[in-house]
Amino acid sequence: MSETKRRQQTHMVPYPSRAIVPERDLGSMPVLECSHLGIEFGGLKAVDDFSVVMGRTEIGGLIGPNGAGKTTVFNLLTKVYQPTHGTMMLEGRDMGSMNTVDVSKAGIARTFQNIRLFNNMTVEENVRIGLHNQIRAGMFSGIFRLPRHWKAEKAQHEKTLELLNIFDMAGMADERAGSLPYGAQRRLEIVRALATNPKLLLLDEPAAGMNPHETEELMENIIRIRDQFQIAILLIEHDMNLVMGICEDICVLNFGKIIAKGTPEEIQANPAVIEAYLGKRKEAEA
Amino acid sequence: MKTKKARLITQTVTYAVLILLFVILTVMINNKSISRTLKGQLIPICSWIVMAVSLNLVVGISGELSLGHAGFMSIGAFSGIIVSGWLLNGFGMEDPALRLFLSILCGGVIAGIFGVLIGIPVLRLRGDYLAIVTLAFGEIIKNVMNCVYVSVEGRSLNWGFLDGNLPGTLLLNGPMGAVKVKTIATFGAGFILVIFSLIVVLNLVNSRSGRAIMAARDNRIAAEAMGINITKYKMMAFVTAAVLAGMAGALYGLSMATLLPTKFSFNESINVLVFVVLGGIGNIPGSIVSATALTILPEKLRFLQNYRMLAYAILLILVMVLGNNPLLKTLWRRLIPGRNREQTGEEMRA
Repeated sequence: MSETKRRQQTHMVPYPSRAIVPERDLGSMPVLECSHLGIEFGGLKAVDDFSVVMGRTEIGGLIGPNGAGKTTVFNLLTKVYQPTHGTMMLEGRDMGSMNTVDVSKAGIARTFQNIRLFNNMTVEENVRIGLHNQIRAGMFSGIFRLPRHWKAEKAQHEKTLELLNIFDMAGMADERAGSLPYGAQRRLEIVRALATNPKLLLLDEPAAGMNPHETEELMENIIRIRDQFQIAILLIEHDMNLVMGICEDICVLNFGKIIAKGTPEEIQANPAVIEAYLGKRKEAEA
Repeated sequence: MKTKKARLITQTVTYAVLILLFVILTVMINNKSISRTLKGQLIPICSWIVMAVSLNLVVGISGELSLGHAGFMSIGAFSGIIVSGWLLNGFGMEDPALRLFLSILCGGVIAGIFGVLIGIPVLRLRGDYLAIVTLAFGEIIKNVMNCVYVSVEGRSLNWGFLDGNLPGTLLLNGPMGAVKVKTIATFGAGFILVIFSLIVVLNLVNSRSGRAIMAARDNRIAAEAMGINITKYKMMAFVTAAVLAGMAGALYGLSMATLLPTKFSFNESINVLVFVVLGGIGNIPGSIVSATALTILPEKLRFLQNYRMLAYAILLILVMVLGNNPLLKTLWRRLIPGRNREQTGEEMRA
């Protein structure tokens, strides 16, 4: 019953009507479902009528010109901003009443466009903060060094090294996060987000500031993370090689509105997208 | 942030130095080779150290400004005095050590309750509201304590507000403060309290909760995105600090024969903040050193008579300026060759 209802909602998606769910995921419940999501700042509609469905192990891309509202979408999904319109469902759970902390506990993790690491802490401590709700020990066990504290510390340490090993960063565990090179900081942010055991990982320009070689590695790693953790990944990126290379489905935003959705091939051929990026094509140039 | 190993060394050294100082001072007290002024200052020094360490937890570790720390000390001091007098008069509890222990405990708990009451509304907000509210809190407590009369008759406590006609023995006498307090605080108890507060603060900082507190301070948005409940962890730091301040207050109150409510004024809150800033924000051993030095210093400057506080201020400014002088820092490093490599390495990485 509810299944059919949800499907009907997704048919209301504007143009093109095809919801973003890769075929292999169609059987299971989608991890994220937004319908008609929007936010107004004063009279300005920063995001309007944003409807997508993310499959359980899908890699989705969110692209668009500068100021299109891509990061705002991430801020809506993580409840940094409270949406003024529409609904969001995470694995069928309504996210309307959640705050940022609840969203993180429910299973959405994110990285930031301008890196937001805890610069004065070590790499390991940064990841341990991601593990905050995964491996717990109370305040009193910490103050009085009860066995529970030591057990949690040990478990956190092991899990941290395991996570850092995804990016071969275990050797840097004791370095100050702020002193890492730029690319390593971006990777650390991904590790930290993964530590929260997400179902959906939001990456905000993961390849920004990386050289082509690093980007290549990052692409492999994103796919590996998806396969290993069986999670959905939604990423914002300006590097079209990356987006077209690994995203199974792409959603294009312009002025807060979805102007196109589809596979990379469909997006590349879509006249509305080309217009948004390059302006209107003149007859003479054709 | 230091690495794990460096942190462990600093902590061990701090505890070791404190224990060593305690042993030396105890021996000196037994030999009577210690000056009377210094001996009289030992317990206040202990309570100011606890105050500075606990305020550093709020200001340095959780990054909130609290301007009413003396208010919590006041609550702890007067509730400690009441509990002590009540136990002695009502229950005939003669054992001073047990009485002191219970008084300090009650002082801490009651100050903690006030900490919760203040923290719940204020720590939900962003910005400097905590500074404003704690500033007001300190002043309110000072003025309220000026009007409170408490007496003990048998096992019952009598309260009066603006009205001193109470049956039994007066414990709090309004603007006269606590009178005829049985001074049961000892240097040993003060030392134990210092070590206790150090253990609480240092262990808290180096645990899951402490990391969450520092994460909330360093980057609120990222911490929230990692699922850290900011209000909860700011509360944790603030209430812990309030409890410790209450304990320090009880120790302080029970070391004085008389105690005026006006003692815990805004000046004292700022004084504790000066200890924290001078010792280094977030630097717990630094707070201990500066609290000690700045408690002894005004007494040592007594020979300057009226110019005493002026000299105190000038010395403070000099320490702040010279402490940040790069030339002096280099000189300091050259004088201690062992520090040389480590320090420059640290700076290059930073």
